[in-house]
Amino acid sequence: MTTNHTITRADLSQAVYEQVGLSRNESADLVETVLEEVCRALERGEMVKISSFGTFQVRSKRQRIGRNPKTGEEVPILPRRVLTFRASNVLKERINHKEAAE
Amino acid sequence: MTPGNILGTVKAYRVHLILKGFAPAMTKSELILKLAEMNPHLYQSHAEQIVDTIFEEITKALATGSRVELRGFGAFSVKQRKSRLGRNPRTGETVQVEDKKVPFFKIGKKMHERLNGIASDGKDDE
Repeated sequence: MTTNHTITRADLSQAVYEQVGLSRNESADLVETVLEEVCRALERGEMVKISSFGTFQVRSKRQRIGRNPKTGEEVPILPRRVLTFRASNVLKERINHKEAAE
Repeated sequence: MTPGNILGTVKAYRVHLILKGFAPAMTKSELILKLAEMNPHLYQSHAEQIVDTIFEEITKALATGSRVELRGFGAFSVKQRKSRLGRNPRTGETVQVEDKKVPFFKIGKKMHERLNGIASDGKDDE
């Protein structure tokens, strides 16, 4: 609960650079490739299951009638695809510092 | 059968598969294989370390309460849930649910556009 620094791709590349021992450039490219492959799988409608992290899933929403909260006007909300993330129990436990003996 | 009909049938079938739990899925090991395949000069063990490091870093950041922002994909953050009185749904018994933190993911603008077939204007102001 101390750091409030936002982690970005650059931090992930740095971690890969330090831990795997490839060049900085290559580490950055590989991080990008991994994220892009996750996006592509989701675009194809596949689920992405990362064990001990969580599951990403694309869901299709049907059209429904919404309301503009300011004007009260009824507006159709078009059918759309949304992305949901379900955290694994391991991730939830680590966030609550309840790490079980590993 | 019109093309619209065929598309509808295909979509209904996909939905059926998803509901049945047969949605095609990419697992972490498949992601590692794919990465190794795309980068033949990498050792398989490197591909594994890369994928593991990425998700481990995100986890570590969330465990310290940090936010993780991946432009073009989305952002992970941690939300605080207050303690509350819950109920055991089986016995109806009242139980105290302690306060806890829950991980949260919000899709990025570009990813939303990709999923919904909207041409991107190249900007990504998430």
